[in-house]
This record gives sequence, structure tokens and C-alpha cells, in this order.
Amino acid sequence: MTWLVPLPVVVPLLGAALTLMMARRPTAQRTVSLTALAATLAVSAMLLALTVTEGPQVVAVGGWPPPLGIVLIADKLAALMLVVSTAVTLCVLVYSIGQGAADGDTETPLSVYHPTYLALTAGVTNAFLSGDLFNLYVGFEVLLVASYVLLTLGSTENRIRAGTTYVVVSLLSSVIFLSALGLVYAATGTLNMAQLAGRFDALPDNLRLLLQGMLLLAFGIKAAVFPLGAWLPDSYPTAPAPVTAVFAGLLTKVGVYAVIRTETLLFPDGRIGDVLLVVSLLTMVVGILGAVAQSDVKRLLSFTLISHIGYMLFGVALASEAGLSGAIFYIAHHITIQTTLFLAAGLMERRGGSTALDRLGGLGRLAPVLAVLFFIPALNLAGIPPFSGFLGKLGLLQAGVDDAGPLAWAVVAGGVVTSLLTLYAIGRVWNLAFWRTPHPDMPTAADEADGSTVLLPKLMLAPTFALVAFGIALTVVAGPLFDLTSEAAGDLLLRTPYIEAVFPDGAP
Amino acid sequence: MTPNLVYVIVVGVLVGAGVSLLLERTLTRIIIGVVLIGNGVNVLILMGGAFGAPPIVGDGPDADLSDPLPQAMILTAIVITLGITAFLLAMAYRSWQLLGHDEVQDDDEDTRIIGLADRDEGPRAKEDDAEDLPNPVYSCEPGKERR
Repeated sequence: MTWLVPLPVVVPLLGAALTLMMARRPTAQRTVSLTALAATLAVSAMLLALTVTEGPQVVAVGGWPPPLGIVLIADKLAALMLVVSTAVTLCVLVYSIGQGAADGDTETPLSVYHPTYLALTAGVTNAFLSGDLFNLYVGFEVLLVASYVLLTLGSTENRIRAGTTYVVVSLLSSVIFLSALGLVYAATGTLNMAQLAGRFDALPDNLRLLLQGMLLLAFGIKAAVFPLGAWLPDSYPTAPAPVTAVFAGLLTKVGVYAVIRTETLLFPDGRIGDVLLVVSLLTMVVGILGAVAQSDVKRLLSFTLISHIGYMLFGVALASEAGLSGAIFYIAHHITIQTTLFLAAGLMERRGGSTALDRLGGLGRLAPVLAVLFFIPALNLAGIPPFSGFLGKLGLLQAGVDDAGPLAWAVVAGGVVTSLLTLYAIGRVWNLAFWRTPHPDMPTAADEADGSTVLLPKLMLAPTFALVAFGIALTVVAGPLFDLTSEAAGDLLLRTPYIEAVFPDGAP
Repeated sequence: MTPNLVYVIVVGVLVGAGVSLLLERTLTRIIIGVVLIGNGVNVLILMGGAFGAPPIVGDGPDADLSDPLPQAMILTAIVITLGITAFLLAMAYRSWQLLGHDEVQDDDEDTRIIGLADRDEGPRAKEDDAEDLPNPVYSCEPGKERR
């Protein structure tokens, strides 16, 4: 069944090519991209089932045996990431179709949107599946170039300004990544990750530390870790709502995934665990303090996004099975919840005419459905029991307490404070936007009555609702999911399941 | 194989010049900087493999051949840099169309929040005011409508 492994990359790419050819036929484009993503989701789910029952699935691309050719590997971690990210991209696609249908596509030219969106998905899946560092770089580039286009869609003044920051910072991180690859190849003579795992052990300590630092720096910029994440809140909020949502859900998490993969497989000695702990603490606290100061919903959510990357990094820094398991669970939770909140913010923008908190008010009475769609993921993000946000934080904090070092205790305290401040920031949005008297500039039901606009299109509400339900489902199946992430974390720490899947007869 | 000093200097000069251009505020200079850094990194990758004859099996003894893998990687990197340069140029042109220049702009929200801090009114201060108003119509800059 290993022929399934390349499909999550190939299917969206084929879809992108097809939709590009159908530029003048929007209905056909929508059908193709929905089919492609639904098929990808189905394949990813089958892959996850396969990896659980049979272990990691490996494909040597083009039939070249490793380490000569590139390998694609789906292990438990990669397959789980695939399932969650594809499910989220599919929901966001439906949402953007709903928005396009309601808006008449003034700001988002549909002909470019679908091919680029599918290319972005292919880049993300390629990064998850890659068993070769250079292929990981290519996956990153594919998703980044697609994201440049999506971020500057329509090329209005605001989006060009935001796009400049985003593109230049991303380019810098790509260059650092590429030079790290050049040095890794010069030092070891391979870029196959399973082979690298063995060869890195033989390198001098200082050289290994340099390579680790360069890779971490490159992934840290992509994951928007403090102090490398200042580009994020400036660039994300200006994009169209579905684009921001999918960026917030996926792009930073691909960076975190790359950190987890390289830290566990290539640098298992945990030498810079203390540095990572400090960075995770600062990411959490500085991020959430930024969120508290914001008066725009989308910017506030962007800052909570940065802040919660700190939790995932905390799990990686602990380098224990409990810590990694908590981090993986938290990624799955956070992809879902952060995307849902950005979709809800997009709906608030439609219903309220703005995302600035001082121009919103009374949404709770005007749009009760929207209030529910915002309230549940908001509480989930803040970590209110019994939601998955609470369970994920609990897992991570327990892992921190088990570690029992003074730094780990500091991060545990920081994590609790961050959680409370998240509740405060989210509570502010709730008080200002959903309570109070409606702002006089806000659209009213009368605007809708003349038939010119639909304030809350059903095709936008439905996918948001589906994601809220998915978030609740993560809570319901948290027990089995934690078992799965523990197994994945165990495999990561052992390293042998991954290496033996690529080289059954031992690494050359 | 020991790295040739000339290559090391070339990488250093290209990346150094690129970084100083990257720190400029005009997008066209940033583009030139990106291209320079990209080429510098390509030379760096080239240094990682063995040097020698063209890598065609059967042309000579295998030990004399150069390592083809860094060359393949550089080819990929060149294609990516080409695409990104084209995109950046389009963005610089669009910026010139819209604004008449291609300088990187400050972020609106950042400027606004810095202004709030200067006048010592955080978001907290605004909320307290809001509770006293029956129908809160307030702006962060009195008399001036926010965009």
C-alpha cells in the first residue's frame, strides 16, 4: 500500500494544473479543487490507519533506492499532521467559495485563487512527508511562493505593504535554510534524514551545534518564534479572511513540525534544551502581552497565534515522551482552533463591517449563531475545561512538572499565566464585540433586505460550524488521540522505527 | 577536498554585499540583495562536493568525477530564485504604480499603537471610558476617523 504515500502531494498538484487550465470556468474549478482536497483527505486518513497498524510507510521517488534518490515517509507524526491539515484546508476552501459567491469576487480573483491554494496544500503535504532535507526545503519553497501570491491577492496598497515584509523575511529564512543545507552536505555527504541521523553522531560537537543553530534559526523564523516572529502580526491580518485562516493554521505549524523532526531525529542529545525552554517562555509571554494591547480582532488573534507556538516549543524543549506527545497533541488542537477563530473573525468582519474592536458591538444579539461559533473555539483556545485546549495544556504542564528543572518550572508558571492572559484577551473581544450596543456604522438587517449583500452566507457558516465540531471532536477523542501522540513521540525518541523503515538493512 | 580560498572570499563578498542591500528601504535594492545572497549561497553549496571532471560515467575513472549532487541542488535553487525575483519585481512595480515609489512602508497599526503609548492611553483606558457612554462612539484619535 506504499503507493498511497506520494498521493497527498501529487493529487493537489494535479488539481492545481487542472484548475489553472480551467481559469475561465469557475464552476469546474471549484469542483476540481473540492474533489482534489477531499481525495487528499481520504488518502491521508488511510495513511494514518496504515502507519498505526503497519508502521512507517516509505516510497523511494522514481525507484531510486535511498540514499541515492529522495524518499517520502509517512510515520505516525506525519500522517496525523496530514489528516488534521487537510481537513482544515478543505473546510477553509468551502468557506472561501462561500465568500466568493457572496461577494461577486471583487477582491479575490478566482482564476488564480484555486491553483495557488492547491499548490499551497501540496507544499504543506510535501514538507510533512519529506524524508530528505533538500526535499523539505523544496516543500517549504512551494508553500511559501504560493503564500506570497495568496497574501497579495488583488494587490491593493495594504496587501503590497504587508506582502513586502512577509516576502523579504521569508526569503531570509529560506536563504539561511539553504546555506545550512550546503554546510550539512559538505560535512556529511548526504541529505537523507535517516542517513544523516547516523552521520551527525560522528561529527565534532561544535560543528553539529552550528548546523543545529542554523536549522533552528531558519525554522524558527517560519514558526514565528520570539524574537523571530515580529513579521507575522504585520502581514497576516491584511489578507482575505480564508487566506489568513489557512496561513494561521498551517504555515507556522509546518515550521514547528520541521523543528520537531530535526531535533528528535538529527540532534537527539538535547544540548540546547535550556535555550529552547527560555525561547518558549518568551514566545508565550511576549506574544500574549502583544495580544492584550491590540484593538483589532485579526491582529489580536495573530498575537495569540505567536504566543501559543510557545507551548509547542515547550514540549519539544523537554525532549521527553510526555513533552513531545503533548506538543504533537497541541499542534493538532491549535491548527483546528486558530483556523476556526480566524474564520469566525472573517464572519465578524462581514456582519459588523470591520474588525476594529471600537467599531463593533452587539454582535451577540444581532447574530447569535456567530456568537456561538466564536465563543466555543475562544474558550477552547484559552484552555477552559473540558476542551482540547485544556487537555493539551494539561499534558504539557504535567510533562514540565515531571522534568522538575528550575527552568521547566518557570515555563510551567509562564504557561499558566499565558493561558489566563489569553482568556483575558479573548474576553475583551467578547465584551467589546458581542455585548454593548451596536455601533451606528454597522450594517443592519435593512441592508440585507434590499438584496445587495448577504451578511452571513450559509456556505461560510457551514464550514466554520464543521471546524467548531471538529474541535469538539478532538476533545471527545482526546484519550485515543493522546495514545496515538504518545506512540508517535515514543517512535520519534527511539529513532530506529524511522531509520529502519528507510534502510531495512542498516544505514550505509 | 579542501575549500579553495577564492571561493570562500567570493561567498563572503556576495553575501556581505547582499545583506547590506537587504537592509535598504527600497524594494529594488532589496531584490538585488536577494539575488546576490542567492548566488553567494549557490557557490557555498558548490564547495560542499568534490571537484573534478564532468560527472559522466565512463568518461574517465570514477574517482576523478566531480560530485553532481550539489550541482543539481544549485540548479533547483537557481530556478526558485528566478521565480521569486520575478514576483518581487512585479511587487515593486505594483508599489510604484500605487504609491509612486517602492519603499517599504511602516505598518499602520504599529504607528497607531506607538501613538497611543506616547499619549499614555492604552486600550485599557479606552474601555473605562466606554462604560460611561450610553452609545459609545469613540475613536482612538479624537476628531479623526480611523481607516
